[in-house]
Amino acid sequence: MQCPKCRGNMRTFDRNGIHIEQCDNCRGIFLDYGELETLTRLESQWAQQHYAPPPPPAHGAPAWGAPHGGHHGHHHRHERSWVGMLFSS
Amino acid sequence: MIEPSAGPAGAVLSSAAPPGAPGADLIARLVRLAPREGPVTVLKRSAGTGSAPGSSPVEPADRVVPPRPGTADAATDPQRAGGGVVVVRVGDVVLKAHPEGTSEDDLRARLDVAGRLPGLMLAPLGMERLDARLVTIWPAGEPLTPADLEAGDDDAPWEEGARLLARLHALPAPPELPPAGGTARLTRAVAALDGLPGVPPAIRAAYGTLPWSSLAAGRREPRPTATRSALVHGDWHLGQLVRIGGAWTLIDPDDLGWGDPAWDLARPAAWFASGLLATSAWDRFLGAYLAAGGVAVGPDDPWRELDPPARALTVQLAATAVATARRAGRPLDGTARALVSSCERILASARA
Repeated sequence: MQCPKCRGNMRTFDRNGIHIEQCDNCRGIFLDYGELETLTRLESQWAQQHYAPPPPPAHGAPAWGAPHGGHHGHHHRHERSWVGMLFSS
Repeated sequence: MIEPSAGPAGAVLSSAAPPGAPGADLIARLVRLAPREGPVTVLKRSAGTGSAPGSSPVEPADRVVPPRPGTADAATDPQRAGGGVVVVRVGDVVLKAHPEGTSEDDLRARLDVAGRLPGLMLAPLGMERLDARLVTIWPAGEPLTPADLEAGDDDAPWEEGARLLARLHALPAPPELPPAGGTARLTRAVAALDGLPGVPPAIRAAYGTLPWSSLAAGRREPRPTATRSALVHGDWHLGQLVRIGGAWTLIDPDDLGWGDPAWDLARPAAWFASGLLATSAWDRFLGAYLAAGGVAVGPDDPWRELDPPARALTVQLAATAVATARRAGRPLDGTARALVSSCERILASARA
């Protein structure tokens, strides 16, 4: 098969059930009918697994609480002052 | 938090307290009060030099004000009344020199209660006097330390701490017991900002929205008549847990008294609300407290009771963090900034 854009040679790949053609010359990708939708669905599944919002606190949070109900401050947790605060009056 | 110990009593004070350094004499005299000889470790010295990481913020000697006899300050704020806390371990006992101005009657009442709660609070071995200071003597336990939390705050024994507090709160406060020290700590922390440069205005402004700010004028809190009064630790944090014979127990009855038990949950609640404590750790702590039948909060809406004292502890923690940074001439770190941000939101929600 020839690339519809640059007439280069197109190579076929099969990845995770998706059939794509890529041009060896211009690297352009040709998708079959319905495959863009399949890719979009797979991407959103992956994002859900990897960026799923953490479960909300089991017992609620105050109106004045930090955003994301306590998930805001992960970067503070390795500060020495934070660990010290856990132990001091 | 614990400085390495070495050698027998009297031989090891050089690293922790050079001869002539503030407190060296007191430490030597504390060591002599120990019933037996043993390796000496200075666990805490909150006045003078050499406060170890993780211990309470240093109260420089020049900020210690003398007690004003007959005022509520002297009665409720021993920390301001002179000489910080010094804690020394000698072999298998721990000796604690209390601040000058500590009420002997109040401390004795608190020690009596602690002595009657085996498995719940550590029982004292005795009380002595060194000049103007009271000294309490305790069996040495195995404390939880920051080193135990290297992997994060999820590693702390949150459930065990919560269950101990739930058991404490189920007990009636004996009539001779003074009020718990929580509200006095709040007032003290905000007052310690006086004269410091660069204090974010949100801290004092948020303090002004709290009901306890009107108590700062110096009178003791009126004793609540009914339901919101239980036996309260008054200063709970992870440093108040030690293992004795494999079981966790509460230590330090210095602020033990009657009061609103939600104050004992308010420090972790403030940490959580400020985004410092992981939601998972907070859920474990509060979940274990409720499962153990803790009475401080209702299981349907714990924040109904938690909200006011959690606001108070947020202001107190912010004030202490800012005062510590300003006295050391350091900028505010992420922990302090998170607490100041919470004060801003407390202020905004009070104005809404």
